[in-house]
Order: sequence, then C-alpha cells, then structure tokens
Amino acid sequence: MTRVPLRPLARILDARAKGENPDAIECENLRQRHDQIRNESRLRSEGRLLVLAGFFLCAFVTVGARMATLSASEAQEPRAQAPGSSIATARADILDRQGRILATNLVTHALYAQPHQMVDPERAADELVRIFPDLKRARLIKDFTGSRKFLWIKKKISPEQKQAVFDIGEPGLLFGPREMRLYPNGKLAAHVLGGASFGREGVSAAEVIGVAGVEKQFDDFLRNPANGGAPLELSIDLTIQDAVERVLYGGMKMMNAKGAAAILMDVHTGEVISVASLPDFDPNNRPRPLTVADKGKDQSDSPLFNRAVQGVYELGSTFKIFTAIQAMDLGLVNPNTVIDTGVPMKISGYRIGEFRNKNYGELSVSDIIVKSSNRGTGRMALQIGSERQQEFLKTLGLLDRTPLEIVEATGSTPLVPKNWGKLSSVTISYGHGISNSPMHLAAAYASIANGGFSVKPTVLKQHHVERGARVMSERSAAAARDMLRKVVTEGTASFGEVEGYLVGGKTGTADKPKPRGGYYDDKVINTFASMFPSDNPKYVLIVTLDEPVETSGTKPRRTAGWTAVPVAATIIERVAPLLGMKPRETRVEPLAATGVTLTSN
Amino acid sequence: MRSLLYILSALAVMGLAYWAYSENYKTQASLDRSHALQGEIGRMQEELAVLRAEWAYLNRPDRLRDLARMNYDKLELNVLEPGQFGRVDQIAFADDDELPEITGAVDVIGDLEE
Repeated sequence: MTRVPLRPLARILDARAKGENPDAIECENLRQRHDQIRNESRLRSEGRLLVLAGFFLCAFVTVGARMATLSASEAQEPRAQAPGSSIATARADILDRQGRILATNLVTHALYAQPHQMVDPERAADELVRIFPDLKRARLIKDFTGSRKFLWIKKKISPEQKQAVFDIGEPGLLFGPREMRLYPNGKLAAHVLGGASFGREGVSAAEVIGVAGVEKQFDDFLRNPANGGAPLELSIDLTIQDAVERVLYGGMKMMNAKGAAAILMDVHTGEVISVASLPDFDPNNRPRPLTVADKGKDQSDSPLFNRAVQGVYELGSTFKIFTAIQAMDLGLVNPNTVIDTGVPMKISGYRIGEFRNKNYGELSVSDIIVKSSNRGTGRMALQIGSERQQEFLKTLGLLDRTPLEIVEATGSTPLVPKNWGKLSSVTISYGHGISNSPMHLAAAYASIANGGFSVKPTVLKQHHVERGARVMSERSAAAARDMLRKVVTEGTASFGEVEGYLVGGKTGTADKPKPRGGYYDDKVINTFASMFPSDNPKYVLIVTLDEPVETSGTKPRRTAGWTAVPVAATIIERVAPLLGMKPRETRVEPLAATGVTLTSN
Repeated sequence: MRSLLYILSALAVMGLAYWAYSENYKTQASLDRSHALQGEIGRMQEELAVLRAEWAYLNRPDRLRDLARMNYDKLELNVLEPGQFGRVDQIAFADDDELPEITGAVDVIGDLEE
C-alpha cells in the first residue's frame, strides 16, 4: 500500500502559482486517507462477525442434527457395556442351609391353538387325544370348529410331548415358552416351600407367583430382577429334614395318629433346622384347598394344613415349666421348696384335680415338674398372680403370632381367655385354657435352653445373630434344665432317654376340644418338648402327635409318655449324629488297646 | 519449510482418519462378538440351570435311599448312628512290615529329547 503524502510538493507549488489555498489540498488528502482507514476496519469487523456467525451456525446445526437423529431413530440398548450378571429374569432359586436346591426353575412349553389357522381340525383333535389321554375329543372338536380364535390346550408339556405335537404338522397348534417352578425333592419340606403357580399368562411368557409358604412370603424378593438371581437361603437342612420326616412318618403310623408335627430348632439363633407336618403334599402338584363342598371335613384334615405353625392347640403340661421358672425368678420358690399338692383345690367352683385323680402329697418344685402335678403348678400360679403370668408369657412370645417367615404364620395367633382371672391363671399354669402352635413352644423352650435369652424363630439362614433380650435369669433356666432332665431320667418321659445325648424335656397331653364346646374323651394331642444335650443344649425338638393311641398293651394308652416321647427319642437318635454331635460317654468302658502306648519322658 | 509442515500435517490427518476408520470397524466386530457370546452365555446358563435341577432331582433323598437299599449287598450303607463316633486312639496304626506288595509297576525311565 502506497502512502499518499498529505502535501505533495508539485500540487502545492501549482496551487500557489494559481493563488489557491494549499491547505485545501492537505484537507482533501487527509479526508481521503481517513475514508480508506475506515473502509478497511469495517471490512475486518464484518469478516470477524461472519466467522463468529459461522461458528454459531455450526453449533446449532450439530445440536439440531443430534436432536433430529435421536427423535427419528429407534431406541436401542447400549451394546458396548456388558450387562454381566446384574440382571436375572428368572425367579430366584431356594436353597437349603448347605446350598442344596429346594426349588428351581425349568424351561418348558405351553401348548395353545389358533383354530382359524387349522388345516384339519378333526385330525388335530384325534392326534392330540392320542398324545394327551386326559383331553376330551368332543370338546376339542367343538373348540376347534367354533368361533374361537385362541385357546390354551396345555399349560406345561414335556419336550417329548412337544416333539409329538410338532409331528402332527398342524399349523394351528403353537408353543409358548414357559418357566416352570420345580421342587426336585418332591414332598420334602413341602409346608415350608409352599408352592407356585402361574399368574398372568401371555403367549410368550407367564408370571410365576408363589401361593404359599416362603414362596409367597418372599415373592417380591424372588421375583426382583435387581437381586441378580441371588438365591434365598433357608435354615432348613435337607438331610435332617428328610430324616425327621421319615422317622416322624413311621412314628405317626405306629402310634395310629392322624397327624404329626416336629420342629428342630437351633437354640441360640432361632434357626429352624427342620420343620415337618404330616400328612404332607407334593408342592409340584399342590392339592386344592378344602372348600364348602368338602362337608364334614375340618381344615386341619387337609394335607395343606401346617400343624407346626397353624395347629393351635392346648399344649398341656409342657407349660408347667414356665410357671416353675417364673416362680423361681420372682423368688417365691426354689427347686427344693416343698408344696403340698394333696390338699383339694377349688377355684371359682371348679375342682382342680390331678391326672387320673392321683394324689401326690407333698412335693418339691422339682418333683412337681417331674411328676407333672396340676395342683402344684396351680398353687405357684396363685402366688404369681394373673397379671405377672400374662407379662411373662408375653415376653416368651406365647401370646402373639409367631414371627416365622411363612405366610401360614398369620394363622398361628394363640387363643387366650378373654378374662384372665384366677381360674384361667391356674389352668394356664398347666397348659389348659391357652392354645399355642408347636412353633411357639419351640421358641419358648429355646429360651430355657440357651440360658434365658428370647429367641425369634426364623426359617432363613442367619449369618449374624444378635442375642435376644433376657427373659429369665440364668439360674432359673439352669434349674429348669435340671428338672427337664429329671423328667426323662425318673419322670413321665422315661422313653426319651437316648444314650449319650442327655435328653431333657417335658411331656404334655391335652384333650382335643370338640367343635361345639367341651372335650373329647378319647382324642388327645400329645406333645413332647425336648432339648439336647441338657447340660449345654444346642437344639430343641418339639414333637406333636394328633390323636395318637398306643395299642401294644391291654388297654389303649394315650399319654405323651407312651406316644410322642418314643418318637422324639428315635428322631434324636437319628438326627444328632447327622448334626455332627458326638454322644457323651456315659459308661466308661475299657477300650481295646490297639497297639498304641502313650509314653512321656 | 512451511509447505513441508502442511504436507506432513495433511498426511497425519489422513493417517489418523484411516486409523479411526479401522478402529471403528474393529469395535463393531467386537460388539458383534460380545453380543454373540452373551447369547451363548445365556443359553449355557439355561443349560446349567437344567443340569443343576437334574442333579438335585437325581440326588433327592428318596432316590438315594432306594439306591442304597438296592445296592446293599455291595455297599452295605446304613444310617449314621451315634455309635459310629470314635476316638483317635481307637484307630489302629498300620503295621510297618505288612505294607501291601507293589504290583504292576511301570518302568518310567527314558531319554528326554532336547
């Protein structure tokens, strides 16, 4: 760029010669120069604005284009990140405490038909009846030739049946995938597991929902995909459950009982190692509940009835130990205090008598338990008073439904007298006038066994357990355990002795109530509540037999000592080794030396 | 000097573009592979579930009891009893001089080829 001088000499001289003002020339040149500068700067700023606008345009176009693609394209799962194992669609498995499968899923197929697509409905019906003999040919033909567009034929079919149906070659017969709940162990622990069935059904999938037991109680947990298929671990041990069920079944048959229940519980954690109720059912093929049509049958006759939890009955003399413990806790008596049980006892017009109108005379508290004296515990209950008695039974959990985690536990609410007066207080002291389930009894006996801490029965495997609140003093618990041991060694439960396991326990025989009031003479509920080994108990075992009768003698025997106790002893003998418990050496026998001599220097 | 810089940077851009292009295709291929693998994992998990169910079914206590009874002659399996617990000193040591004779030994001496 050439710079124009403001006062070019030639023009100045020329202007002077003409007599013009030379300053005008300078002014003009200056103006031209300023114009030029202004033009240049405007051009530059316009250029900058243009570039800036370009940038903005690019930015907006990018955002706009992204929005357009997002709105126009199909949504897609991000493929780049691996889903891993965080989401599982199947219902979670149920395992026992050692990880063995109690319930799992199996893929199967459902068979459905779309009649309007059928080529030869009659042939299809014929072939289907041949594969599934339980189908009715006339019904199928009516369905296939009618106006229906869709119908289910079978909800679950096996792979072989699927192939056979496939071989018919009928385009109107179609399959939908199904997830089926399988209980590989059949009847084992049926009442705990409950069962499952289909909820909402579609062609491509169906909901599996729990209908009873833990399947229903933990339905949300089992179905929740966010758990990543984590299994539900129960406290039940498959081996022990099987042994208990088997022995109990044998015992039930041998004692001619119509039902039986057994509970084996860890006394420190409250874990239920085994809970059996007979008769039982197969959860793979759950029977229907009793309805109005089954006249003359009680709900307790159904195999679905869980006696261990729903069987709320008077448990009889097993309650006596609670009265003795409370009396000792309150300092009213000690195990050696003598109480006169020979004096006739009459409360509010009712005579309190002993079993078969015996008269035991003067007995120590310990002997009252061993001989199972009604009047003895009645006298203690009178000293305790009904309010304190209620309080104590409540802390033991005997007045509320059991917290066991199966839906049937809602049916375990104990029956207590409306007016808990003097008479109720006396009868409840020996277990009459209050109805509880065996599960309640197991938890209360576990408190005695573990040294006086409350126990919450649970069916889930516990990894860490807080010790419960203290409900009785350690001394009373220990004294009670001694008494229970004596019941077996010299009292009513002498058949309960299992060599090496120091069983302690209390029998209970209660008459069954009639549906319309009063009691049966020849129908009883026999209970044996036991713990072993009684010097440091680890497990509590409750055995209940419904309407047992022992007929080996000349007269039928119906006391717990003759029925429930031998069954419990057999269970302990069978189960204790499985629990890894070594028998104590009660007799010292010389061991045959086998060539080993211990020497010391 | 400046033109050399331009040429070099242009070459670098082309090279990087080619690299990005090939990486993109490799990524796509890997995604396809992982997709296929996940499908396979799903199928195998299903298979595994069936096998576990079958294992549990074959090991159900009823069947094991029947098997134990059927094979009683050979195995003589009985239920566990309290009397089967013992003490360590009830177990006899094996006598030193009565070790069973070694039979059917195989000669394993040979040459190792380098």
